[in-house]
Amino acid sequence: MGTQTAIEVKVDVHEHGHKLGDHLYIHKHSRIHDLHPASKLLAVLLFIIVVVLTPNTEYWTFGIYLSLVLSVLVISKLPVKRMAKRMVVEVPFVIFALMLPLFGREPDVEVFGLSLSEAGLIAGFGILAKATLGVMASMILAATTPARDILNALAFVKLPNTLIQIASFMVRYSAVVLDELQRMKVARESRGFSARGIQHWRILAQSAGALFIRSYERGERVHLAMLSRGYRGTMDFGNERLEKKDYVAFLLPILALIILIGSLV
Amino acid sequence: MNDVVLSVKELAFAYPDGHQALYGVDMSLTRGERVALLGPNGAGKTTLVMHLNGILQAGHGEVVVAGLKVNANKETLKEIRRRVGIVFQDPDDQLFMPTVFEDVAFGPKNLGLTDSEIESLVQKALTEVGMLEFKDRAPHHLSFGQRRRVALATVLVMQPEILILDEPSSNLDPASRRELSEILQKLDITLLMVTHDLPYALELCERSVILSGGVIAADGKTLDVLTDDALMKKHRLELPFGFDPRHSAKSMKQLVFDDSKFD
Repeated sequence: MGTQTAIEVKVDVHEHGHKLGDHLYIHKHSRIHDLHPASKLLAVLLFIIVVVLTPNTEYWTFGIYLSLVLSVLVISKLPVKRMAKRMVVEVPFVIFALMLPLFGREPDVEVFGLSLSEAGLIAGFGILAKATLGVMASMILAATTPARDILNALAFVKLPNTLIQIASFMVRYSAVVLDELQRMKVARESRGFSARGIQHWRILAQSAGALFIRSYERGERVHLAMLSRGYRGTMDFGNERLEKKDYVAFLLPILALIILIGSLV
Repeated sequence: MNDVVLSVKELAFAYPDGHQALYGVDMSLTRGERVALLGPNGAGKTTLVMHLNGILQAGHGEVVVAGLKVNANKETLKEIRRRVGIVFQDPDDQLFMPTVFEDVAFGPKNLGLTDSEIESLVQKALTEVGMLEFKDRAPHHLSFGQRRRVALATVLVMQPEILILDEPSSNLDPASRRELSEILQKLDITLLMVTHDLPYALELCERSVILSGGVIAADGKTLDVLTDDALMKKHRLELPFGFDPRHSAKSMKQLVFDDSKFD
């Protein structure tokens, strides 16, 4: 056998659901990464509440919020381009927001020859701004905190244990289920099937049904495995205390609140 | 010497749909024994295993684990399930926690042990299966063979009286298969191994039991069972191409029984 030179293929690494739960986390060393997960989670939650409470017409306030979030992004040393790409999850909200001005009631305003509702425009802007800020803050949380730590944080803020268990199984098994889905797709396509139109929905629905049954059965097996190791309905999640340095996280919602109050008085 | 860890008497079972899988199984395991449970597909092997830790309840007959009779009582079941450790075929069913360490610690935590006890038990179990260095990894980032070893650790950490392995060598590449066998050889535990991998049975278990048609069709030394051509054929058991149990047994130095057979 002769030796062969290795041919390398350049692949554009893209992110998809394969390691859902883990794939959102981007490992870096930054102040934000080091914060206690619970402080980050609470800070994001409070920040979103402040943002949601802000009246839609406070355009500049939203601008300042945006600069706050962008500063956090810079401190966290996250790759901006990658983070920007992740914002696509917001697309459904954007579409909804864009439709509002078309359907809102009078008074109408002319924009580029289109008659748009002023109330609709403002509502649309509000949804867009609030959704964008919320998604950005959550994305930074997800990128700086491993999925495991977010579960711990949920336990820290006393979310019911059962819900955290469900979330934990989702983190653990989404990759397994997606693999299964992928195998079913390969099996379908190997036999010449490709979903092109409505006539193929029946097959896709059947696949979905089969996936459901398989997952359900797996659930039963996992439950048995848990029972055989003494499971009694609750699972322990880490419970590290907050340290002084972790309170820095609350600067984000506090600053936002100050800005909001400042803009209203 | 005659310390019975598992005893199954006249065990019969029919599923709710009327399909009967077991027709009176008699079997017993003494402490430290390694037994292979062989049999064709549909012989009732899985059904039998599910009786051993009380997942299924006997329709007739009884299962006794280290003096404790399996019944539907919740407290009894809890104790039975600690004593009987089952390693399932698909490690993904068994590894449900975010990291290897937490997964192995799950059982001891439920027993209410202290953190330091848990820590040392987990360390020991992971060392036994050679996976200690992976303790902070997520299960889905491990290879299949590694996941099976961690699954084994999750059961070992409970210090069971009997270890039951369901098809331990399935889906493993030859190197992982060998590594697992080395780990199993070192364990000082009563072992019941359900398998279609007859060379594996010969390598690891001195005794083999054939379950066929819901009853025990043969029970004897693995080498005797594997070399009884008529018996093997009757129960749809076949040796892999080129595998000669006599030759293999001869070359295995740990075989202590029946040397006269080779003369």
